[in-house]
Amino acid sequence: MKFGTEIVLLSLFAFAALVAAGFGVDEPFRQHMWVLFFAVAGFTAILLRNTEFKPAVPIDPAAFMDGPIRYGAVATVFWGVVGMLVGVVIALQLAYPDLSVEPWFNFGRLRPLHTSGVVFAFGGNALLCTSLYVVQRTCRARLFGGNLAWFVFWGYQLFIVMAATGYLLGITESREYAEPEWYVDLWLTMVWVAYLVLFLGTILKRREPHIYVANWFYLSFIVTIAMLHVINNLSMPVSFVGSKSYSAFSGVQDALTQWWYGHNAVGFFLTAGFLGMMYYFVPKQANRPVYSYRLSIIHFWALIFLYIWAGPHHLHYTALPDWAQTLGMAFSIMLWMPSWGGMINGLMTLSGAWDKLRTDPIIRMMVMAIAFYGMSTFEGPMMSIKAVNSLSHYTDWTIGHVHSGALGWVGMISFGAIYFMVPKLWNRERLYSLRLVNWHFWLATLGIVVYAAVMWVSGVMQGLMWREYDEQGFLVFSFAETVAAMHLYYIMRAIGGAMYLSGALIMAWNVTMTILGYQREEKPMPRPIAAVRPARSGARKWA
Amino acid sequence: MGLMDKHAVIEKNATLLLVGSLLVVTIGGIVEIAPLFYLDNTIEKVEGMRPYSPLELAGRNIYVREGCYLCHSQMIRPFRDEVERYGHYSLAAESMYDHPFQWGSKRTGPDLARVGDRYSNEWHVQHLVDPRSVVPESIMPSYAFLKEMPIEVKDFSTHLIANSRVGVPYSDDMIASANADLMAQADPNIDTSGLEARYPKAKLGDFDGNPQQVSEMDALVAYLQMLGTLVDFKNYDEAAGYR
Repeated sequence: MKFGTEIVLLSLFAFAALVAAGFGVDEPFRQHMWVLFFAVAGFTAILLRNTEFKPAVPIDPAAFMDGPIRYGAVATVFWGVVGMLVGVVIALQLAYPDLSVEPWFNFGRLRPLHTSGVVFAFGGNALLCTSLYVVQRTCRARLFGGNLAWFVFWGYQLFIVMAATGYLLGITESREYAEPEWYVDLWLTMVWVAYLVLFLGTILKRREPHIYVANWFYLSFIVTIAMLHVINNLSMPVSFVGSKSYSAFSGVQDALTQWWYGHNAVGFFLTAGFLGMMYYFVPKQANRPVYSYRLSIIHFWALIFLYIWAGPHHLHYTALPDWAQTLGMAFSIMLWMPSWGGMINGLMTLSGAWDKLRTDPIIRMMVMAIAFYGMSTFEGPMMSIKAVNSLSHYTDWTIGHVHSGALGWVGMISFGAIYFMVPKLWNRERLYSLRLVNWHFWLATLGIVVYAAVMWVSGVMQGLMWREYDEQGFLVFSFAETVAAMHLYYIMRAIGGAMYLSGALIMAWNVTMTILGYQREEKPMPRPIAAVRPARSGARKWA
Repeated sequence: MGLMDKHAVIEKNATLLLVGSLLVVTIGGIVEIAPLFYLDNTIEKVEGMRPYSPLELAGRNIYVREGCYLCHSQMIRPFRDEVERYGHYSLAAESMYDHPFQWGSKRTGPDLARVGDRYSNEWHVQHLVDPRSVVPESIMPSYAFLKEMPIEVKDFSTHLIANSRVGVPYSDDMIASANADLMAQADPNIDTSGLEARYPKAKLGDFDGNPQQVSEMDALVAYLQMLGTLVDFKNYDEAAGYR
């Protein structure tokens, strides 16, 4: 029977959620368990409607398993639009505070929804589906473990739904990028271990002698995130049927554990994993081999070794001991080198194919991603210098920096990978429209430039206003005055974000139409000129 | 190059690659985090620090729930402008009972590490209900709903027990009287000598202007009003604290 075991297990799961909703000790927990019940029961109903009693069709063990990847690609686009939309909403809330609707849609509850939405829902699904796409093709092996990939995909979506609804209900640990409460963390741990088994199992059954470099990055990302997630989320629940837990650590220890996690959510989730993406999709789209094999070895090991040390730069001049801050700063500066190693390896992969920048908007998107990766991995080490950080910390400069990395690098490389994969996954000859990809590229690029530039300027202004003294030695500005000075910048930032969001909406349209099988009739993108161009008649002659 | 050729061994062995990368990523964390659990300046005790009273803890949980840390830091850096604006720079010991820490990373609003005793209860309530009525430039959301929400008590001792399991020194006496202490701190007409003995310097009385019920507003204001007030810096030895 198709889905037999699944239906039984899911029904039990739904029943457990119902019991927890009944016995919960606090109101948010009871509400959250109702959400869980409806999510799981709904899913069970869908499976029940699709069950069959015919014997299952045997699966060709040599064929790739692309079902979960197709779902993952759609989920990436969907969560991307949702996460970015919430981002624009909270940007507007800072400009127009009356847009906050208490209690569920106040800034404090929506902001984790935005960060988790883009990092874990959009970025996470992009990593999930591209890693499974890449590992099968570079290992020439079907995904390991039968339906394990489906469990990982749906389990991860359930994590997203539970985390997101939890924030709105006020269920949060309030530790940045690790906000979900203990039971959601436990669920994610299970899903993540399954993901590791799935990925590693597929590598182990490969029919290629070498493990391709993209898979090194994906594997180290998966295993490091497992370590970070488990240790950082150690906490003591108040009740096993309650939402509240207290972190296992306190004060200084909690702060450094959290930023050891937080910075490496950037380093491994948003960097190593996406470098894996770069190492497969850039050579594929450019039709060129990776620039340097040696460079990839050196920068891989250097990157994963150095990144872990950089966490304390989030805690400069706090009560964290000075030696730890200095160590974090030194390693952050060293990190510049392996980061640029990756950038060089990605960019130089285009040697001999630079003309594609003119003709292929997808390559253009990927190259812009790598360029932003280079810029933000230079800016990061610079901001980790204590003297710079004394100005930038606590200001919107940090927000600008994060977004140049997140929108520029993570977003653009994911869009490139989606545009590459979608026609192949659905057996379409080409995308619905390359012209629309071009529109997406320009809207996104201009959006980032507006966003980041505004946040740099306003962040530096904010930092300088806080420390501005008059000639008599008094502080010039009250805090409220520095808030008022940000108003115009907050509006401009929201405009930059809205541009980026509109690009993502165009992508959603383009991807949908491609999946449905349409091809837009449009003027083709300029073709490369085959003939050697003759020297211009007026060309300067060297004497 | 010889070394590079040897790398092929790792490239052909997934287990080696997995174990190798896991080893490489553990080193930094161990070197940086482990010492914090035994070094003097990160575990020192400072006179005046005590665990949160039940009402303060309930208020802190609301602070955590609403994500206040996303806009307000609780960590004053040792700079002239910050010390003049907010008060003495923050000590490690001042967040020793904070599970989780709420130092924050962004100041969309001002630092709150020493906001206690700076404003009246009435100001805080008015500010939380309608921020722009007292600070016209403010972009803070309204938290008027806190005033209407009675605090969910049930058995608050479970919260103290969970904290004591992760190292907060709540005594049996404190745990046994958790519910009573929680209600008493916001009740102006009750004997609070036991509460004051257990939690010195606790702020007492009705906070939200409605003595009929203990609301979430009572708890949050009780928490805000004690922030940074426990350590008396007249008795703090700067030289001994500096390491």
